[in-house]
This record gives sequence, structure tokens and C-alpha cells, in this order.
Amino acid sequence: MIKHDVLIVGSGLAGMRAALEVCKSADIGILSKVYPSRSHSGAAQGGIAAALANSEDDSWEEHMFDTIKGGDYLSDQDAVEVYVKAASRVIYELEHFGCVFSRTPEGKIAQRSFGGHSKPRACFAADRTGHAILHALHEQVLKHSKSIKIYSEWYMHQLIVEDGECHGVVVTNVRTGELEVIQAKAVIFATGGYGRVYKITTNAFASTADGAIAAFHAGIPLEDAEFIQFHPSGLYRQGILFSEAARGEGGYLLNGKGERFMEKYAASRMELAPRDIVSRAEQSEIDAGRGVNGEACIHLDLRHLGEARIMERLPQIRQLGIDFIGVDCVTDPLPIQPSAHYSMGGIPTDMHGQVVIDAEGTPLKGFFAAGECACVSVHGANRLGTNSLLEATVFGERAGKSALEYVKNVSFGKINEGHEKARVLSSIEEIFQRDGTDSYNDIRNEMKEVMMEKCGVFRDGQTLKDCISVIKGLQVRCKKGKVTDKGKLFNTEIYEIIELENMLKMSEIISTAALTREESRGGHFRTDFPKRDDVKFLHHSLVYSGNDGELVLKSKPVVITHYQPKERTY
Amino acid sequence: MATFRIKRYNPEKAPDPYFQDFEYDFPEGATLLDCLNEIKWTQDGSLTFRMSCRSAICGSCGMKGNGHALLACQRQAAHLVKDGVVTVEPMGNMTPIKDLVVDFKSFWDKIDQVKPYLKTKEKPPEKERLMAPEQFKVIDAASTCIMCGACYSDCQVLEVDNNFLGPAALAKAQRFVGDSRDEATLERIKELSKPGGMWDCTHCGECVERCPKPTRPFERIKELMTVGLEQGVHGNVGARHALSFTKSVKHSGRLNETTLPVESIGFFNFKGLFELLPVGLRMLFKGKIPPLIHKSCDDVKDVKRIFKELGE
Repeated sequence: MIKHDVLIVGSGLAGMRAALEVCKSADIGILSKVYPSRSHSGAAQGGIAAALANSEDDSWEEHMFDTIKGGDYLSDQDAVEVYVKAASRVIYELEHFGCVFSRTPEGKIAQRSFGGHSKPRACFAADRTGHAILHALHEQVLKHSKSIKIYSEWYMHQLIVEDGECHGVVVTNVRTGELEVIQAKAVIFATGGYGRVYKITTNAFASTADGAIAAFHAGIPLEDAEFIQFHPSGLYRQGILFSEAARGEGGYLLNGKGERFMEKYAASRMELAPRDIVSRAEQSEIDAGRGVNGEACIHLDLRHLGEARIMERLPQIRQLGIDFIGVDCVTDPLPIQPSAHYSMGGIPTDMHGQVVIDAEGTPLKGFFAAGECACVSVHGANRLGTNSLLEATVFGERAGKSALEYVKNVSFGKINEGHEKARVLSSIEEIFQRDGTDSYNDIRNEMKEVMMEKCGVFRDGQTLKDCISVIKGLQVRCKKGKVTDKGKLFNTEIYEIIELENMLKMSEIISTAALTREESRGGHFRTDFPKRDDVKFLHHSLVYSGNDGELVLKSKPVVITHYQPKERTY
Repeated sequence: MATFRIKRYNPEKAPDPYFQDFEYDFPEGATLLDCLNEIKWTQDGSLTFRMSCRSAICGSCGMKGNGHALLACQRQAAHLVKDGVVTVEPMGNMTPIKDLVVDFKSFWDKIDQVKPYLKTKEKPPEKERLMAPEQFKVIDAASTCIMCGACYSDCQVLEVDNNFLGPAALAKAQRFVGDSRDEATLERIKELSKPGGMWDCTHCGECVERCPKPTRPFERIKELMTVGLEQGVHGNVGARHALSFTKSVKHSGRLNETTLPVESIGFFNFKGLFELLPVGLRMLFKGKIPPLIHKSCDDVKDVKRIFKELGE
């Protein structure tokens, strides 16, 4: 049995940042189903937020207010305060690690405007900020390779929880197909999001809810799952991300009539309103038949920026347009549509990265989470652009520190390796044994379709009920599939099936939480309840797994310290 | 409709690789990765390849299309079809594991060898270190590398010399050598001047052709070589070769093929010179020895003027 003081699952920004903290004085393993530098944090483009005030006066207080207003007052304000206060320090630290940032003429880290931020506070590296930070952290992990053991291309199946304490995970080495138990005094999840449940998404194939569902099956609730962010500028039909930086640099959004329609929806911020508002505006234009050529897309127009600025600030976006649809944004507008991008909800944690399992904040000892898979909650009902890279960095560090502190005072628990392995092995065997005729591909496509259509930018009670019913049907059909590849060696097919089952459970959780929240707030918009309802719903949702497999909904109060909820207009 | 001729390999089932044809009528706009996924999901679930972001930033889906390394997600299938066929194989210079999946161990080992992290002695300031936009530009291209392995796969030096660091590791090295914050430039350059390092590149430029990002590894290697010469790290065959080459062209307008090998190896490197003997003798017997008296070319004045204008 493999043993580490701390085992981190996921090697994006949050996971690697946590690893750099833990490796200072504990034995550590970091596990990823891809190779660390392939993690999806690397796809983030536009920037990372901090009130460095390198180009205009700024303050953490303004950053805090923008974040809370952007989150439609569902953020826990005590957590937001520690988060924005840490921002400048962690970004200077990334710079000291060697992260490559674009610079001002004086040589400081360059900053630009972003949606919902009242000041230019997005620190950036051209339009590949996530890539720059991911590789800088990867470099540091390689530097500390003596004290950080990397498990690349290992798949995490299950969390081991005994008597309210976490003791490790059950995993497979993808290359050999061997099942292993990794025992740890503390486990940190940094497993990312689950945008892949949607048909049109900016997310990587790897973003499949594995971490969230492993936690859920271990008895941990998922918080605020109904809040899914749709990014306003995913490539039409494909969802490939065109950074908000394109609008931060001055890009326009045009409907089929060539109008800058944001004037009708957010006159003061125009294209730089928060993402939930811009995506709804786009969808409203499309639904009203004002998409480009009557199709379900909008134009992102950068032509007036000129080739020189595009090449300096947005070179990757230009290349993506050329490679994927043959459109050069220097001469033509890019067709875009709202695309599932980010999950505000996730595994509930306190501001130290400690996973908590109820409204009272009861900790699950030895289990920590950070980054997109976690819900602290700093983003509330809608995350502002550039706040996610910051979240991964700040709370990755905090979760790492907390885990390190925790393992100093505990010893390895007792686990029954054979029993843990047998549980996972039997579920994998069951998949191999299936001999049905249903196609996993059809099931996956139908899930993505129904989530997009019925639990997307706009939802209502009826569409959500339909959605849940379809998803439950798909869960049944999933048991009637058949595996082609029966081998152990690098069997990607089997993991895709396990991921699909995770996504079906996640879809059920998202749509059930959405059905319960009978109001509209941030990224969750109910056409049958179009107003925010602070009397009934100024709280976080918690979805538990009930004894009979049914979902159980509970709630948790929002922490409000500085800013009382007000009407949110831009 | 196109035929996807895919190299299959599964050592659990058969020891040798073979080609299998899949027919797929792909829709307009489909990338090679889209096609492989459709084939996997609807025809043969055992088809194995890596993928993740499908937007050319994670570097997972490197493979060979029609004989050349590429990112499957970045390339339109329609552009790859030749006479109705697209040939898909695993990347080269790495050991295949299964179908299109190769073992990246040697690739990552070489990245490790170049000490791929910032080295500083000074304690950092409280805020960011300053870096002028011009200094950022020096490392801009190298920092776009996504470690996909395409350059490594098709590197012609690696095909014959497994000891070569390869284009990606050298580009990564340039990212630190060129970094105004890094304080180990000389140490790095000395290390990179050893056998297997930057001077073993044969300037074929294949890596620039294959690189799916703006990294253009060979251009980074040239920058490393320039720093090596500027820093006076001349005690190696590569640097001496470059200097001898330049000297000869500057003085006579053409290459002195008699002095070049001797100057490159080094006058006092008796072992190295001795090793040249068999080649020299074979050339002598075949009548390939260049004239012992080296003549300048007719327009040598113009060549000298060019050097002067370049400030050399």
C-alpha cells in the first residue's frame, strides 16, 4: 500500500499550489488523471485579479465589493475578505516563482479591465495567463521533485472515510490498470469543475465531476450546485474559449442586426458587465431571433482594435479563430454563444480549505478541498472573470497550509486495504460484465443536450422536472451498455464510462438544486421566478445523498459582514 | 467520406503494431480529434489516444498525421485527407504504449535536465521584480510552449542520438537563459554547451515546422547559441565550429573545409584529431580532400563589406 502524509488529487493551480506548501515539511503525493501541465487551469486566458494598482488606484475593499455584487450577494463575505486581501501577495509570489507576466512600460505587472471589476485589476500574460501560472507552478514542483511524488495518469475512484475521518483514496494506475489504495493522513481535492455535463462548454474532456462525486458518495453534501456560469464567448457550436480579455481590450458584441445590444441590458458596463448578465443578454437576443443570420450565435467584433494590438494582447485568440473556423478576427467578427464554463458550487469548505459537511460547519477531519471543485464560497451566485485563478492560488495555498498543520498532530489511521479495493473492484467488474445494447455515446450526447436545453442559461420548473426525469432515465440506460476494450493496459474507454456515470449524478444534483431554488440570482435564472428573493433564498443550498439514493436538500446561511444585499444593476 | 488509416498497437493482444482502416464521413469543420473521438465512440471503443482541452493549449493530443507530428485537436480533418486517406500514427522518438499513446519519460527527463525553474540568489523584493516589455519579449515565444512533444517526435537528431536534449528542453532552457530575472545564465550556458546540448542541433528546422504554438524551438536554440558565443563559452566543438565557420567566410568569402574540422575539434585535442584520421584517409583515397591552398571567392570584398555593416 502506498502511503503519504498528504495526498493531493488534481494538479492544476490549486493542487500544485497546495503541494508547494505541504512539501515544506511533509511527505506528499500529487495525483492527476492527466499530466500536471495538461491540467485545465492552463486553458484560462484573460488574467488573475488583484488590486495591485499598477495602472489605476485600486484597493482590496473595491475588489471585495465587486466580487460580492458580482456574486449577487451569495458570497460568504468573511471568506471574500481574506481572499482579496491575500491577492496582491500571492501574485507577487507567483512572479517571484518565475511566472511570466505582460508588463507596463515601467516594468510592473500589466493589468487590464474585466467584466464586473470596477478597476483594471486583471494581471495577465498576453491571453494565456492560466498557462503561464500553471507552468510556473509546474516548474516549482519539478524543482522540489525530491519531496513531491507525482502520479501522472492515475485515476481516483473513491475517498476512504471511516468514523468521520478521511484516510486516503482508491485509485488506478491508468497505464497498468492496477488498482491501488493510497493511504494518507490528509487528502486535498483540487479536481476542478464539471462543465462537460453540458453540450456547449469551454471545459476540457477531463472536467467530469470525479472529485465532487467521490466526495458526494462519501456522504459529503455539494453546495450551490445550481450555479453554473455560462461564458459569453465560447466559439459557436464548439464552446472553445475566446477570453473575456477580448472585451476587456475593447471588443464589441453585435447581434444579427449589427447592434451593440448590451446597451439594453447593462448600459453602464456594456460588454464588461458580469458574465451571467452578458450571457443572458446574448441568449435573449438569440431567442428573439436576433442571432447572426437567425442562428444561435452572436458576433464578437475585434476589428477596430487593429492587428498590432490583437497580436500583442490577444494572439492566441486570433490563432484559435484561424485554426478552428478559418476566421481571422483582424478582418472578420467571431461567432460566439454562451458556453458552460465554471461551477460556482462544489464541495463545501471553510476559508481554510477544510471540508465541512453541514450548515454548522462540522469538519470532515483530514479532508480538504480547493479551487473549482470547492465551494468556499467567494463567488456566490456568479464568479467574476479572473477571480478563479486567484481562488485556486489563494485557497490552494490555504488548504495546503491547513493540511500540513493537521498532519503534524495525527498518525495514519487504520484502513482495511482489501475491503476498500474490493468495493471499487466490484463496481469496475460490474461495468465490464454489462452486456447490453445501449450506446454510452448516445447517453452522453443526450445528457449534454438535455442539460443545455432544460438546465441552461434560462430554466423554469417544468424544464427542470423534465431534465431530472431524462437524466434518471439515462442513469438506468447506462447500466445497459457494453465495453469494447476488456484489457487493463491504458484502457481509456473504462474511465470514460466511469466519468459518464459521475456526470449523470452531477447533472441530477445540478438540476435538482436548480428546481428547489425558486428565484433568480446570479448564474441561476428561473423564468418562472425572475426576481431575486432574499426573504426565502438568501442561503446556500446543500445536496446530500439520502439513504434510498434520493437527493436530500438542505440549506446553509450566507455570511454577511460588510455589504447588505442591494438591488444589483450595472 | 474518408479512410482513417490508424496504427494500432496493443501488446496485451499482439506484439506487433499494424494499420487498421476506419471509414468515417466527417462533418464540415471536424478536427482530426473530433474524428478520432467519433470513431472511438461509435466504431471501436478500444482505440486509444490522449486528449483533454481540445483547444490547443494542454498539449495532450500530439500524434502523427500523414507522417508528421501535430496536435489532433488543432487540425481540420479536411486539410489532412489525401486521396481519401488520413494516416494516423503515434509520435516518434518515444516508446509506444498502446495505439497512439507514447511514453513521455525521456521527454520529461530532458526537461528536468535543463533545470527548468528560475534560479536567483537575491531575495526577491516585496512587490514584483521589474521587467521591461522588451525583456518580456525575449522570453515571450519560449513561454508559449505547451510541452506537447511534437518537436521532440520529429527531431532528426534524436532519431540517431538519444542523448540529445531535443528542441522542447532547449526552448525551455532559453526561457530561463533569456529571463532578465534569472541569475544562472553562465552556469546554464556551460551546461547546455556539453555533448547532447544546443550545439548538437543540426539546424534542420523541422521543429519549427511541427511546433503548433509560436514557440519555434530552433529559433530559441539559435538564441542560446548566440548567448553562448557572447558569454565566451567557446571551449566546445559547437562554439569553435561556429567561430571557425565565421572566420573563414569573413576572410575568404567561403568555407575553408581543411581548417574547419581541425579548428572545431581544437588544435590541442589530440584524441579528437586522431579520431578524424580515418575519415580523412577515406576522403583522401576517394579524392575528396579539399584543396590545401584555400582561395578567396571572387567577390570577397562584398562579403567583407557585409561583415563590416553588421558590425562584426
